[in-house]
Amino acid sequence: MSDSSLTSDNRATLDEIDRAIVRATQAGLPLVPEPYQQVADEVGISSQEVQSRMQCMLDQGCIRRIGAVPNHYTLGFRGNGMTVWDVPDEKVREYGKKIGDLDFVSHAYHRPRHLPEWSYNLFAMVHGKDRSEVDHKTAQIAELLGDDCQAHEVLCSSRILKKTGLRIV
Amino acid sequence: MAIAERRQTTFTPPPLQPPVEAPVIPLLTTLEKRLLNEFQHGLPLSPTPYADMAEKLDSSEQEVIRLLQKLKELGYISRVGPVFKPRQVGYSTLAAMAVPCDQLHTAAEYVTSRSEVNHNYERHHHLNLWFVVTAADQAAVEQVLTEIETHCGFTVLNLPLLKPFHIDLGFPLWN
Repeated sequence: MSDSSLTSDNRATLDEIDRAIVRATQAGLPLVPEPYQQVADEVGISSQEVQSRMQCMLDQGCIRRIGAVPNHYTLGFRGNGMTVWDVPDEKVREYGKKIGDLDFVSHAYHRPRHLPEWSYNLFAMVHGKDRSEVDHKTAQIAELLGDDCQAHEVLCSSRILKKTGLRIV
Repeated sequence: MAIAERRQTTFTPPPLQPPVEAPVIPLLTTLEKRLLNEFQHGLPLSPTPYADMAEKLDSSEQEVIRLLQKLKELGYISRVGPVFKPRQVGYSTLAAMAVPCDQLHTAAEYVTSRSEVNHNYERHHHLNLWFVVTAADQAAVEQVLTEIETHCGFTVLNLPLLKPFHIDLGFPLWN
């Protein structure tokens, strides 16, 4: 997938049937032998159409992935460190891609600085079983950035106050 | 205080979750770990996806469905299904607030009570409340931020996504 398809300006257009599929599947697929058939019955189209439309949403990037969605917290991954980095603006894209490719990083984003109180322009979510594992992985990112890392911090979560899935329409 | 009174009458907040404790690593079988590791993406868009998974795992469709059901009931997976790209269906932003300790509980409860907030975390930092606001468009999101700012009395740092670098395909839980 090209980078351009991921920018905010390039949104896939979903029609009413696509939206009905989103509504029928956002809380999960039914755990029955033919889950897409059950979704199809709910939406009122054929199972084949459900599958082809979901494939299309995958190709467009509207669906990131289809699979088991782990709950990292209950699985013992409680580090959940939001690492934030101050890198030169002209290099944020290059480093964002490199950091995003690390297998322990689930998300990497360029976000705006708000000087003077917030100087970090690159965010990377690092997951680990505990704080020391997150720190170890953060050190690997720091090493990758070298002198281009002007400052960084790790913001570990102390409480999850709310975490809900996407709700649309 | 007028604001405090209004808070008490406008919503009944859920109780806060307890603070992070020492992790309890669940005992999982090899097959359960493989289900979690290998099927965070790539669930087949075929008439019988669980049977297809079973074939790759040298298992049976019935067993795969049973284990996924079990992992879901135990809370180890939240669901099996599509993960949608958030901004496709509206506009969202990451926001942060620095709240004094003695007011954190009240501010956090208000933020959580807003239906536009889908994630809300307390983090170890002077900016200690981090939340994601999602609404139909940018103006609606900024309106919510303004309301939170006004209600709580603290400046909200608005950190919208400028560019994502990674499609979240899940990541290995065990090597």
